[in-house]
Amino acid sequence: MSTALLEPRVQAPRNYLNAEYGWKSWLFTLDHKRIALLYMVSITVFFLIGASFAALMRIQLLSPQGELVQPETYNKLFTLHGIVMIFFFLIPSIPAVLGNFLVPLMVGARDLAFPKLNLLSWYIYVVGGLFTLFAAIAGGVDTGWTFYTPYSSTYSNTQVTAVAVGVFITGFSSILTGLNFIVTIHKMRAPGLTWFRMPLFLWAMYATSLIMILGTPVLAITIFLLAIEHLFHVGIFSPALGGDPLLFQHLFWFYSHPAVYIMILPSMGVVSEIIACFSRKRIFGYRVVAFSSVAIAVLGFLVWGHHMFVTGQSVYAGLVFSLLSFLVAIPSAIKVFNWTSTLYKGSISYDAPMLYALGFIGLFTMGGLTGLFLASLATDVHLNGTYFIVAHFHYIMVGGAVMGYLGGMHFWWPKISGRLYPNGWAAFAAVIIFIGFNLTFFPQFVLGYLGMPRRYAFYPAEFQVLNVMSTAGASVLGVGYLIPLIYFIWSMRYGPVAPKNPWGATGLEWQTASPPTTENFAEIPVVTQEAYAYSEAEQEVNLG
Amino acid sequence: MADHVNLEHATGMAHQFENLDQQQDADMLGIWLFLVTEIMFFGGVFASYAIYRWFYLPAFEGGSHILDIRLGATNTIVLLGSSLTMALSVRSAQTGNRRATVMFLILTMILGGAFLGIKGVEYHQKFVEHIVPSLDWAPEGKVLAELAPGGLQHAELYFIFYFAMTGLHALHMIIGMGLLLWLVLRARKGAFTPHYFAPVEVVGLYWHFVDIVWIFLFPLLYLIGGRY
Amino acid sequence: MTFLALFLFQSLPLQPEQASTIAQSVDHLYYFITLVTLFFTCLIFFLIFYFMIKYRRRSPGERPKAIEGSLPLEIMWTAIPTLIVAIIFIWSGRLYFQNSVAPPGSMEIVVTGKQWMWKVEHPEGQREINELHVPLGRPVKLTMTSEDVIHDFYVPAFRVKKDVLPGRYTSLWFEPTKTGTFHLFCAQYCGAFHAGMIGSVVVMEPRAYERWLAGGVHGESPEAAGERVFKESGCSTCHLADGSGPGPSLNGLYGHSVKLSSGQTITADDAYIHESIVLPAAKIVEHYQPIMPSFQGQLTEEQILNLIAYVRSLGSVTGKQ
Repeated sequence: MSTALLEPRVQAPRNYLNAEYGWKSWLFTLDHKRIALLYMVSITVFFLIGASFAALMRIQLLSPQGELVQPETYNKLFTLHGIVMIFFFLIPSIPAVLGNFLVPLMVGARDLAFPKLNLLSWYIYVVGGLFTLFAAIAGGVDTGWTFYTPYSSTYSNTQVTAVAVGVFITGFSSILTGLNFIVTIHKMRAPGLTWFRMPLFLWAMYATSLIMILGTPVLAITIFLLAIEHLFHVGIFSPALGGDPLLFQHLFWFYSHPAVYIMILPSMGVVSEIIACFSRKRIFGYRVVAFSSVAIAVLGFLVWGHHMFVTGQSVYAGLVFSLLSFLVAIPSAIKVFNWTSTLYKGSISYDAPMLYALGFIGLFTMGGLTGLFLASLATDVHLNGTYFIVAHFHYIMVGGAVMGYLGGMHFWWPKISGRLYPNGWAAFAAVIIFIGFNLTFFPQFVLGYLGMPRRYAFYPAEFQVLNVMSTAGASVLGVGYLIPLIYFIWSMRYGPVAPKNPWGATGLEWQTASPPTTENFAEIPVVTQEAYAYSEAEQEVNLG
Repeated sequence: MADHVNLEHATGMAHQFENLDQQQDADMLGIWLFLVTEIMFFGGVFASYAIYRWFYLPAFEGGSHILDIRLGATNTIVLLGSSLTMALSVRSAQTGNRRATVMFLILTMILGGAFLGIKGVEYHQKFVEHIVPSLDWAPEGKVLAELAPGGLQHAELYFIFYFAMTGLHALHMIIGMGLLLWLVLRARKGAFTPHYFAPVEVVGLYWHFVDIVWIFLFPLLYLIGGRY
Repeated sequence: MTFLALFLFQSLPLQPEQASTIAQSVDHLYYFITLVTLFFTCLIFFLIFYFMIKYRRRSPGERPKAIEGSLPLEIMWTAIPTLIVAIIFIWSGRLYFQNSVAPPGSMEIVVTGKQWMWKVEHPEGQREINELHVPLGRPVKLTMTSEDVIHDFYVPAFRVKKDVLPGRYTSLWFEPTKTGTFHLFCAQYCGAFHAGMIGSVVVMEPRAYERWLAGGVHGESPEAAGERVFKESGCSTCHLADGSGPGPSLNGLYGHSVKLSSGQTITADDAYIHESIVLPAAKIVEHYQPIMPSFQGQLTEEQILNLIAYVRSLGSVTGKQ
């Protein structure tokens, strides 16, 4: 492979990046690949904002008295950290970046079903983000990302309405993305691409999209009612005014629990693609993995009450939600076993995407298993509202979803940018991230069982050692995240030009140029093989 | 690239599709999925209303008795009529009858406007009676007598839901009116043919859905007080 | 990972003291789930590392044989996790169910949470702020409400926790097994000084507790306080004992069924009495007029709890005085 620098304008063939220049060609584009990049830049910005809040929080927690910021400020930090990371980074991340880029390519289409809605969804996302940034600057919000009433509706005097509007608006971005994916996957698959020949990433996007369109509207109406209560001092959720605070919690969690599956299912899809490619083997139990994705989406709507075990709700309701919460863990476990079995008798290479995918499996397994403590009623009583919960969801969201996103970015970067990045640095960063992550969040499990509640701006001195460990880990994690940011940007100018299929992967996206032309395919391809046809594809796949 | 653009202008087909049928299929699935999201959206507030009605039955019945059932029933008929004219408009587009398409669209808009007008009258009435939560809540006289037994606070909760649910519905109607206007402008220019009339069908489905939401709202808000 | 942590930090405690009758059983369940977690974590980590090394790519052209899957394996690794979670669910559910009902004869203490403090009231009238003194070896049942936002009463050493809600009552119970001072935390974010809404549960030997009770500032018992509020707020004007007044008699009301003018029949529990005071129009007793004024804003949650204690003392179905 030539590593000589190429002058893009002189020698690079026409592709979606150089087809047109100028800001208008980007801001008014209808090309799903360009929209994916618009999202990529936006979510990276929000990730950095959310991470800064986290850094300040971890520094505050170095000392038990918490002397960095006032408690009121700390409360705003953890609220905005949650809101920014969940609504403006995690939920869009893989679907809006990798999904938008890859779904048409993987189904063998020229674009998504509704390109204008796609661009609209990005604008909606930006507007929602601006409202939230305004709220952050104009005084912040201190309700927790969960907005529990009556504190958020009646007592807090922070920018609750502005943030509610921001989140409400951004929800529509999610809905439009999901709608686009479902229609595209149903109606625009290339000839020969049956459902069970689709890459598992598409199954994951499909399952995620189901949740997006069914769950997000409920969040929208909940936030709408909350905003009304806050603005007009009426009593929908506030007992002093006649309402019921637990109704808010039911409505809120009805969306927000499935939302966590929106955040993890796409990563699982990415992991399937990477494991298959870097073991050179079909995913073990393909159909089972596909069905598990849908099962997780469906079951995920039935478990919201496990966030409310200590609210004083009926013991019988608790038992039902506990049982269902245990059941929703099973399809995830099945996937982990299938991925691991794919490695058996494979031909495994240690490129950076594979390191991320394997790291995902390990950390998701840990995070998922710690969910058992929380689905279990008797232990959840002790653990709810403590750092155990914080550790649990960060293992899944960061150890799982973010690693999946990074793995996907490393896997498809050559396709997206037409450039290669330095594998040595990439592998190094992956390891740093893995180590830093565990150092940051493992101590929090212990803190939780010891009884340290979450959302505390200061804490009893006996918890300090574990908090210091966690903050030390966070600094390592932060360094780890910066490294890919640097070399990805570097690679856009100085990275070696990527071939069509640097990894020797199967899948229609790898049959296009790197980067693809605007139309993706000169002729719509016809699919004749099963997915992950690694062993038969000796002739077709270019090993680069 | 230029070929695609010309094809699009000629037949209304967008470049990402292989043929008009595929585009039509995609459009239909798209609007149905969108309507599912709307069901979930309204479903949330309907469920909350149902729960509070179960908690505070006397107050909610009192609130329901205050509503003007004649205006509500009239609006129901108006909307059902508008769904009929909308369906006829789709049929006209399907059969290539441009004038009828435009005429039925305009009729639908007139009926939709009538609905909003009557709704405006009802809202005005609430201000006159001082039963607008938070903004003007000071019921008196007969209205007070109707609401007091169930508890004024919970009656206010009823009216919060009244305004929230009918307000959201009215907002959807207004958006629908905008979509109808857009269709009228396009139809007059001859954009729709028997081969390509998906936008009319899509807006039609949206309009029918908004109508169905009202069909639920009317009994839940107006009739459930049981006063006959 | 856990082994590593355990090994390196043996001096670091991994759990709070076990200071209640249920703490040990909760911990046992916790250990079991930890073992399950450890087992599967190690299994997956081991398999990944082992496969990664054993099946590493040895030549660029390597083409492994395709393996579709294996139904027996799928069944096995579906059935075994299902069995394990079933065991955990049943074990945990039973423990939770047992722990949800306070034993008869529990000492009843009333707790009010408000931003950002805990107010405690003993049956003998002793009042405390941010502290709860209890005797060793006797079950204690807390009835709790909030004056403002949602709080949560959490004592890690007892392994108990329950949200404290405005406008309704929640309860939890515990029986201490050790003397000492134990952390009390608020575990539901409640605003600026959520982190400061902490206190202690002080468990004393029974004799020491009696001395503490006797030596402290004596308040009225909740029933006496309730009777005083009942008279001072004018309740006694309408709620005559013989029922001849505009309002129903409250003698023998507590725990009884009540027929309402709407036709419904409900039980006169704490929540009903609370509602009747702050929103009397919501439920009107049959054959009575809706003329009772609301006392919302005029009585604190504490006063309402005392009124409930007074009403209870007027005789109930069980004959408890």
